[in-house]
Amino acid sequence: MDALDLARWQFGVITVYHFLFVPITIGMSVLVAGLQTAWVRTGKEQYLRATKFWGKLFLINFAIGVVTGIVQEFQFGMNWSDYSRFVGDIFGAPLAMEGLLAFFLESTFLGLWIFGWDRLPRKLHLATIWIAAIGTWLSAYFILAANSWMQHPVGYEFNEARGRAELKSIGAVLTNSTTLVTFPHTIAACLLTGGAVLVAVSAWHLKRRNQVDVFRPSLKLGAWVVLIAGVGVLITGDLQARIMTEQQPMKMAAAEALYDTAKPAGFSIFTIGSLDGSEEVASVRIPSLLSFMATGSPGGEVEGINNIQGEYEQKYGPGDYKPNIPVTYWSFRLMIGFGGLAMLVALAALWFTRKGRSTAPKWLWPAGIFAIGAPLAANSFGWIFTELGRQPWAVFGLLKTTDGVSPTVGAGTVATSFAVLTLLYGVLAVIEVGLFLKYARAGAPELPAEAEGEPDDRPLAFAY
Amino acid sequence: MIMELTTVWFALIAILWAGYFLLEGFDFGVGILLPVLGRDDRERRLLINTIGPVWDGNEVWLLVAGGATFAAFPEWYATLFSGFYLPLLLILVALIIRGVAFEYRGKRDGAVWKKRWDLSIFVGSLVPALLWGVAFGNIVRGVRLDERHEYVGGFVSLLNPYALLGGLTTLTLFTLHGAVFLALKTDGEMRRRANKLAATIGLPAVAIAAAFLICTAIIRFDGIGVGLFAVAAVALVAALVANRLGREGWAFIATGATLVLAVLGLFVTLFPNVLPSTIGDANSLTVHNASSTPYTLKVMTWVAVFFTPIVLLYQGWTYWIFRKRLTVEKIPA
Ligand code: HDD
Ligand code: HEM
Ligand code: HEM
Repeated sequence: MDALDLARWQFGVITVYHFLFVPITIGMSVLVAGLQTAWVRTGKEQYLRATKFWGKLFLINFAIGVVTGIVQEFQFGMNWSDYSRFVGDIFGAPLAMEGLLAFFLESTFLGLWIFGWDRLPRKLHLATIWIAAIGTWLSAYFILAANSWMQHPVGYEFNEARGRAELKSIGAVLTNSTTLVTFPHTIAACLLTGGAVLVAVSAWHLKRRNQVDVFRPSLKLGAWVVLIAGVGVLITGDLQARIMTEQQPMKMAAAEALYDTAKPAGFSIFTIGSLDGSEEVASVRIPSLLSFMATGSPGGEVEGINNIQGEYEQKYGPGDYKPNIPVTYWSFRLMIGFGGLAMLVALAALWFTRKGRSTAPKWLWPAGIFAIGAPLAANSFGWIFTELGRQPWAVFGLLKTTDGVSPTVGAGTVATSFAVLTLLYGVLAVIEVGLFLKYARAGAPELPAEAEGEPDDRPLAFAY
Repeated sequence: MIMELTTVWFALIAILWAGYFLLEGFDFGVGILLPVLGRDDRERRLLINTIGPVWDGNEVWLLVAGGATFAAFPEWYATLFSGFYLPLLLILVALIIRGVAFEYRGKRDGAVWKKRWDLSIFVGSLVPALLWGVAFGNIVRGVRLDERHEYVGGFVSLLNPYALLGGLTTLTLFTLHGAVFLALKTDGEMRRRANKLAATIGLPAVAIAAAFLICTAIIRFDGIGVGLFAVAAVALVAALVANRLGREGWAFIATGATLVLAVLGLFVTLFPNVLPSTIGDANSLTVHNASSTPYTLKVMTWVAVFFTPIVLLYQGWTYWIFRKRLTVEKIPA
């Protein structure tokens, strides 16, 4: 493998890993804040216990989200220096804003929340977790604006002399139509993920009839969040597909492995056969669905890969403009499929626990426990689809991935960092999962007696 | 005269690094002193909790410095981080294990578990404390940049004596800053111990820092830079005096001032270069040939003008909330 391949693999692995923790942080911060609000409002003890329990799991996850984010901030310069030179004038702005507006907010107010129990007045303490949650949303917005610019460059001009893209309108970049659909889609997916964590952990306890008073409501809350967020994911995903067809028609054609323009175009649930388009052995197909996803009308025309390839050769010169078709095809289906799976489990959980029912079929609990994996997989496949479907471009229509890599960094160096980080991340994953399971199993804590004395003089709550 | 925006951003990035050294400097110091000052588990927890609520916010100064460099000087960001690849990787690994260690150390009982995380905190603080100095030494001294502004010097040439002296300087200054911080933030036995330790490392710290600052003035003489270094040196001596007198607040302000002035001195010396080339001046990256367009700089200036004061306010407020000295008794058993 050469430095380019290694750099691509490294980026993919490191970033997908970061995005395993990100959705849990974004989703659970809101849920924990909601539970704490319920406690402050009603004073009911079970809400406080739930807040502390889910808050601890949230923090175990957050730690890895933060430290893996540090690598993200620097890897553009390390492995993709020509990319950085090309896009820096535009791409750097949202990245810097993310730091100044979002990361400071998240980290400072989460520090206040962790150490501020018993120290800050109740309502102020509640505000700190909400502000941290807002920080995670801001962070998502800015980084998605940066990523959307790579999918659909706007508000720029190409400077021949400097060989780089230059910013003409920051407003256009921050209100990119791609950002406006990607942001709600991603946030909905994150909420779905947070809900699934609640479902899974609650199912584990309910299977053992443990602390039913805490975990039954948690299960229901989680399941509702999965369902509602899931509907949001579907709606925004549909909007996204339409925008994508306009902006990156090749990605949509590759998502269906549709080689020749069709009107109307069907959507295959799965296909057995060769995906290079030569043969199809068997497939299950829904007529007109692709037309509907791509254009909003069941009879709409969807362009095929071969036609687009021809157009691009005329526009951008000779070359291969096709992404990896099998990966694009399957990642799109797996994203949708795994998300759907999580929603089905949530639906079942709500159905069998409706109106205080206490008998649920045995399979419900293991299904609920495994439901945590589904959104994590769906998120990963969503990004793999988005990023690999854009290939060979790093910035669509402007910069090829091959032209973005660092020219002076050798394969050995990239391989070293790839190996070091993968190993480290592997170890961290084992430790994280171990701790997560330990605290998940321990169940909701009993509340200690109210501490004595002036707030400042009490022992530190939640201290390290 | 209206300052050019490239100058403004050069100054802002200097301030971000100064803030980072000022704040994360004592975090690193506390981490380095963990095995020295913390004799049992409870004492080590006391030390970690002095920075518990703030270390993550302090680290964001680095992330914003990185992001601001990307936005304002993309060529600098690209060349610096692809050029200093392996040292940067080491720093990232160190910051990762340190960050996780803070959060996870207390989440299981067991001596081995805690010992491993204590080691992570120590190494994860020591390595960046050393390597940031090495990096800045190389930036000021200049590195081999070809006519495309690409770094072609390799890894070993980054370990030249001057840069290593820079590393030693940040290492000792951060350790001293951390000791002074601990004397300010704890009480009782720990306060005394930290105070004494600060006095012990004070003299070597002065010697090393003075050597580095003098070498810097020789390598790249700049009048204002040397002036700033001189004030930094005075502040360092003042810190030791205040520490002797048991005036911990003043000592902390003085070590903080030393770090801030030294960073500013380095940046002033560097200006208008951002990464000088030792192959030929024409190859150097400067605020002019490395910068973004005036429009981008203008946008970012507005963002910085609006939001930096807000960040300073709430970060300052956090320090105020957790201003009380900590003692072992306050750490839940
Ligand atoms: C949709 C959301 C999203 C996406 C696509 C990314 N991140 Fe992320 N990132 C977050 C959402 C997030 C977050 C929710 O804000 C995190 C996750 C856990 C956390 O602690 O904050 C975070 C943490 C985090 C941190 C640490 C912040 C701190 O210390 O508090 C950095 C430096 C980055 N990220 C940088 C990046 C970069 C450069 C990315 C692009 C390649 C990226 N993230 C993708
Ligand atoms: C968390 C969100 C993201 C995920 C999960 C993600 C995922 C991926 C994946 C799977 C790849 C493919 C690697 C390969 O080709 O083998 C990739 C490539 C890449 N992505 Fe993203 N990405 C994310 C965000 C971003 C953002 C915000 C940027 C903006 C700069 C970005 C820039 C790139 C670049 C430069 C590459 C390398 C070129 C390539 O090989 O595709 N990614 N990413
Ligand atoms: C019917 C269901 C869905 C549709 C039609 C859909 C559609 C899409 C499309 C078209 C993209 C690519 C956007 C682009 O490249 O420009 C995308 C990306 C993505 N999807 Fe989905 N999606 C669906 C379900 C899900 C589910 C259930 C999840 C996770 C729980 C999910 C998570 C993601 C993520 C994380 C991305 C990458 C970020 C982004 O570009 O927004 N999607 N989705």
